[in-house]
Amino acid sequence: MINISNYIQKINNNNKKALSIFLTAGFPTKKDFVDIAKNVLNSGADMLEIGIPFSDPLADGPVIQYSSQVALENKINLDDVFEICSEISNYTDKPLILMGYANPIIKYGTKKFCKNSVDTGVSGLIVPDVPLEEFDSFYNQDFSQLQKILLTTPTSSNERIKMIDEKSEGFVYCVSVTGTTGVRNTFDETTFKNLKRTYTTLERNKMMIGFGISNSENVKSFIPYCDGVIVGSAVIKMILEKKEMNEINSFISNLSKACKL
Amino acid sequence: MKNLKYNFPDKFGKYGIYGGKYVPETLISALQELEQLYLDVKNDIDFLSELESLQKEYNGRPTPLTFAKRLTEYFGKAKIYLKREDLCHTGAHKLNNALGQILLAKKLGKKRIIAETGAGQHGVATATVCAKFGLQCIVYMGEVDIERQKLNVFRMKMLGAEVVPVSSGSKTLKDATNEAIRDWVTNVSDTHYIIGSVVGPHPYPMIVRDFQSVIGKETREQILSRENKLPDYIIACVGGGSNAIGIFYPFINDEKVKLIGVEAAGYGVDTNKHCATLTLGEPGIFQGMKTYLLQDENGQIAEVHSVSAGLDYPGVGPEHSLLKDIQRVKYESATDDEALVATLFLSKHEGILPALESAHAVSHLHKLMPQTNEDEIVVVNISGRGDKDLNTIINQIGDKIL
Repeated sequence: MINISNYIQKINNNNKKALSIFLTAGFPTKKDFVDIAKNVLNSGADMLEIGIPFSDPLADGPVIQYSSQVALENKINLDDVFEICSEISNYTDKPLILMGYANPIIKYGTKKFCKNSVDTGVSGLIVPDVPLEEFDSFYNQDFSQLQKILLTTPTSSNERIKMIDEKSEGFVYCVSVTGTTGVRNTFDETTFKNLKRTYTTLERNKMMIGFGISNSENVKSFIPYCDGVIVGSAVIKMILEKKEMNEINSFISNLSKACKL
Repeated sequence: MKNLKYNFPDKFGKYGIYGGKYVPETLISALQELEQLYLDVKNDIDFLSELESLQKEYNGRPTPLTFAKRLTEYFGKAKIYLKREDLCHTGAHKLNNALGQILLAKKLGKKRIIAETGAGQHGVATATVCAKFGLQCIVYMGEVDIERQKLNVFRMKMLGAEVVPVSSGSKTLKDATNEAIRDWVTNVSDTHYIIGSVVGPHPYPMIVRDFQSVIGKETREQILSRENKLPDYIIACVGGGSNAIGIFYPFINDEKVKLIGVEAAGYGVDTNKHCATLTLGEPGIFQGMKTYLLQDENGQIAEVHSVSAGLDYPGVGPEHSLLKDIQRVKYESATDDEALVATLFLSKHEGILPALESAHAVSHLHKLMPQTNEDEIVVVNISGRGDKDLNTIINQIGDKIL
């Protein structure tokens, strides 16, 4: 297991914000996923978030919903996800983070889930439908070896942000806007005010911003208020549109350049 | 059940291990705000009298408790009474909740109302209260349900609501609910989500139960004044479970009153085309709550089936999960065919055309009545009327009627 917080700190020490890329496991196929993930890592992604497909992803917009549906049609289950993790962690020293909804995890069994995560080189876990209120009911002792990453949103009060900062490990995932995942064309002033507020309120954790980030300009506008950014739907959309691998690679490498201070 | 002091949910919104708030962080502040407001007004005399007056003058409450004479004679056993939620304004119990929630939305200062709907009855109820109070209304509805409940789609549009077709997943109630939650996550600052059943994150299952409990409170008074005793059995259909909890809740502590929830068995509980969540499901986390679910071996939510759009849901209210575990309510099921037969049965014996949902409860009489005695009383909750289902009924059994 990699200490994600220290890892981000090292990147920041080199005058750079961290770049995390989200991909849905098994999309567009199990094999292509692994190829794309390796390319994404080679092109400058500092971390990989691997989405566990779910039939009812209620925090996700149409693009990730669709990728999830395709992955399920490809019969991807958690055993496949762990095979994928194992293959990628053999390939890279960068952190892997799993992101998935609560139900498939409890159905798989939390003990087995956590053991397989650790064994296949997963460092962190994000469960978007487990907020602070359900933290203790969901994260039993089985999860002790995984860094549990919590989310803040524009509707989180400063008091809540502090409580989230207390519980979160690895980093705090700051959701840029209210809404589901997916590309946004513009971000308004309120968004930046909220990012600044969240960034200054956090005391313990690194902060990564996600949701809606789709290009280098977005990244540049966000980097004063964070330690890193997360891009998901924009990449998945390129895969969906059957863009060439080198086009995806240059997209990632541009994002990575934009992360430099 | 003995000596159980029934007092749920607890302060964390849990019904035993069930319930809770399994939602994205964005919604937490809105749920907290709603809960606080509800706790402030639930015993407030002005709020309650405004709601009561709407229930009386607009919704037509109290609804009758009708003695089903010919049905009683047919079985020759216990006396059968029907609680007539089909006589509510808009044709089902759904308005009981929509009226309560629209008052909450007004107090929250929310101008935009969203809802999900399966059979369309909750969509119609929400569109109705939005029209009455002059608020914008958006209803999410699965494409499959839009097709089989066309009449209600027209009604919602006539009432000024926007009906948004949902094409994801099974294109039914669960997918409409996902889409409504996504809308709420996006527009939470100016939008109130009127959930139509006792499902979703806390405080919804509690609020919807409390607003629907008017059914059971009236039933209790009516049966006591007619028979001078409580009923021996109460039967209600269970999809999400709002009409059932509404009639059960005021009797929960009366241990002698046997409560029976009837789920939709679709093509049969031995097939994979049913919605018998409590009969065949297992606990999981879905749409904001921990509750019994129908799911596959990988924890993916199952695609379920019922002829009745209002019961076509793979989850169930978390309080029903608790009531099953503590064995306070017995959960049974009825197939599509049994419900269709029961629809005609009630129509021909009592002149009451029940909704296909309610017909599942009626159908259970065939199993229950032989075990009853002449000095006992059975109450069946007729949660809605069946006019909305004519298309489905014609398609399914039209040739048998003609």
